[in-house]
Amino acid sequence: MSITVRFFASVRERLGKAQEIIDSAGISNVADVWKQSARTALPDNLLAAVNMEYARPDQPVRDGDEVAFFPPVTGGAP
Amino acid sequence: MTVRLLAAAFDPWREIVRYQSAQPDLAGKFGATTVFVGTLRDFNQGNAVQAMTLEHYASMTEKHLERVAREAAVRWPIDDLLVIHRYGELRPNDPIVCVAVWAAHREAAFAACRYVIDELKTRAPFWKQELTEKGRRWAAPEPRAK
Repeated sequence: MSITVRFFASVRERLGKAQEIIDSAGISNVADVWKQSARTALPDNLLAAVNMEYARPDQPVRDGDEVAFFPPVTGGAP
Repeated sequence: MTVRLLAAAFDPWREIVRYQSAQPDLAGKFGATTVFVGTLRDFNQGNAVQAMTLEHYASMTEKHLERVAREAAVRWPIDDLLVIHRYGELRPNDPIVCVAVWAAHREAAFAACRYVIDELKTRAPFWKQELTEKGRRWAAPEPRAK
C-alpha cells in the first residue's frame, strides 16, 4: 500500500530527489507525507497537490494518491 | 479548444494560422481574433538572462491549463481557443506562451484572452530557473496583479 511523492524545482534540488514511493501506513494527510519524506515539518511557503489538485497540509491522503510538493509557481510579472 | 505543451521552440504565428485553417467550422463564424504571445526577455530582476529552464509538473500543468481554457469558454461567448506553452530550455527571444481566441465580437475575444493568460500564470505549475552571469537561480514569485 503506497503513496507516490513528487518534488519540483528548488524543493527537488534541496531534497535531492524528484520522486519516491512511500508506505501509506501511518499517513493520514499531506503534512504527514512531507514529514515522512523530508524528516522535517512542512514549511509554510511550500505548496502541495494531491492528485494534481492544490491541497492544504491537513487534506487527507489515501493509498494510491500522488502527492506533490513545490515552491510558489513563477509564471512571471503581470 | 486545444491546449498544447511543447518541449521545443515554436513559431506562434505559424501555429495560429495552421490551427485556424484546420478548423473548418470556424470559417465565417468569428469576427474577432485576439492573440497574446509571451517571449523570453534577456533581462529580469536586474540581471541579464542568458537562458531559462522552465520546469513543469506535466499532468497537473495540463489539467490546470485545460481548466482555465474551459472557464474562459463558459464565461464569454467565444468560438475557439488555442493555448501553447513551452517547457524545457529557452533562449532570449524564444516564445514561451501563446493564447489565441476566436469570437464573434472583440469584447469577448479580448476578455477571454486576458483571463487565460492571467490565470495560467498564477495557477499552472511552472517554475523558471534563469541562467545569469551569476549562475543559475530560481526566479522569485511575483506578487499577484489583482
